[in-house]
Amino acid sequence: MLVHSKTGRWATWGVFFVLFLPLFALPLLVILAASFTTNWSGALPSGFTGAHYTAATSGDSLSALTTSLVTAVTASALALVVGGWAALAAASLKKTGRRLMDALFVLPVAVPSVVVGLAVLVAFSKPPMLLNGTRWIVIIAHTILVTAFAYQSVSAAIVRLDPAYEQAAASLGARPSYVLWMVKLPLLLPSLNAAAGLCFALSMGELSATMMLYPPDWMPLPVQIYAITDRGSLFTGSAIAVVLMAATLLVLLAVSRVRTKASYR
Amino acid sequence: MASTTLTAPVETTAKTRTKTPSWVWSLPPVAALAVVFLYPLYLVVEQSLRPDTGGTSLQPYADVFASSAFREALGTTVWLAVGSTAGCLVLGFVLALVIAFVPFPGGKAVAKFIDVFLSFPSFLITLALLFVYGQVGMANGLWTDVTGAASGPFQFLATPWGVLLAEITYFTPFVMRPLLAAFSQVDTAQLEVASSLGARPARIVRQVILPEALPALAAGGSLVLVMCLNEFGIVLFTGAKGVTTLPMLVYGKAILESDYPGACVVAVVNVAISVGLYGLYRVVSRRVGA
Repeated sequence: MLVHSKTGRWATWGVFFVLFLPLFALPLLVILAASFTTNWSGALPSGFTGAHYTAATSGDSLSALTTSLVTAVTASALALVVGGWAALAAASLKKTGRRLMDALFVLPVAVPSVVVGLAVLVAFSKPPMLLNGTRWIVIIAHTILVTAFAYQSVSAAIVRLDPAYEQAAASLGARPSYVLWMVKLPLLLPSLNAAAGLCFALSMGELSATMMLYPPDWMPLPVQIYAITDRGSLFTGSAIAVVLMAATLLVLLAVSRVRTKASYR
Repeated sequence: MASTTLTAPVETTAKTRTKTPSWVWSLPPVAALAVVFLYPLYLVVEQSLRPDTGGTSLQPYADVFASSAFREALGTTVWLAVGSTAGCLVLGFVLALVIAFVPFPGGKAVAKFIDVFLSFPSFLITLALLFVYGQVGMANGLWTDVTGAASGPFQFLATPWGVLLAEITYFTPFVMRPLLAAFSQVDTAQLEVASSLGARPARIVRQVILPEALPALAAGGSLVLVMCLNEFGIVLFTGAKGVTTLPMLVYGKAILESDYPGACVVAVVNVAISVGLYGLYRVVSRRVGA
């Protein structure tokens, strides 16, 4: 406890909430309120309607939601395989090799997402890898971006892993693939789960790279939100944003439940 | 476990194991990364050296560096990133300090809320600010209701200040998370001792907590700096013609103007700045062990 007097403590909390509520809680509340509103041209919204949600869950917006979900699930799965594999392989390397792998796989975080989009667009717009105009170009860009996060969280978990387990298994004669499959991966399961949730959330909200390369028939939710708000339909945009947040939260919640189950093993 | 399944495979793997060194296993993911990311990046660099007129020259660089749009974008990007980072550091430090050392009921929930906040995309903040500080938003509505004026005083949303506010809001949690982790390591007995010896809260913060928090501040700050330099969604949603950052310039040149060599030049500059700073961040955070 830093502040001992009662008034001092209340003053500190006061300052905290004066900063915290308008900055962090208000934006989310405002979006939620706007999504139910017919008209907002004053201090408070007026008119209650669910029509924006009808618009947000039908037609283009519905297909944008499925597009986003498919993209996020595919990109997260690919990222977990590639990033997890790379992290496991890097852990068995010597110091220089591991540093090199770290640098390579973390590079997509440092490179601006817009540039990742541009690079993928430039590379996949000509033979032999002509993917421009297909959904795969979006999925590839998302995979690149989230693999870096999968790699980071899995390799952080590998460092914390107690080597005694795999040494015990190996000393009992288990071959490396058996140790990997039956010992290491189950122990890494909680962090793999956490990484999956992180990748999914990032991919769901990805806008920068997607803006560079989405084909007209594969438009994820963030792009849809931008297109709709740019046309002036702020309320429908808010409703779609709420759908986006709800979908992300639901998946994160499901993932965290799996994680708690796995950590009891 | 049946012993028969164990004895048979061991002999065969002992043979194959000696043949494949461990680095071979790192080849497939590296190859995948090379095909979809490293080679495309190389293509961007290559394209930046190829003007539309053909041949290889530094002419695109000269053209872009000479254009006032680029210089303005570079200046805007840097001051917005530095300003946002400074704001995030101050705000994040104060908020994390209260959560950690002046605990209140529901503090855990606030920390959890911040984690959730991190998983939302950045452009939602700008969208929300449109309702709060927009032309006919809450703040201006309140003002016109109270004073009876025709329009409110909050017209900063389409200016760099609107972007700054959105960036500080969105990125402050990225500073708070490492700070909260660092604060949970601080021995509270130290604070009690300092306080019982008569040190005031301000002095305890300065001389006991701040030194402990410096590594986390450095790590969080440089991460936020890089993310601000690369931020695109917030600026795009602001829709302000007056605010052009480097990522916006890349998007504008490539998608709106179809000027790929120009876009690639700006991209190379942006990558150089960001990767340089990110390398610094990795070195700093490894040094201080944060």
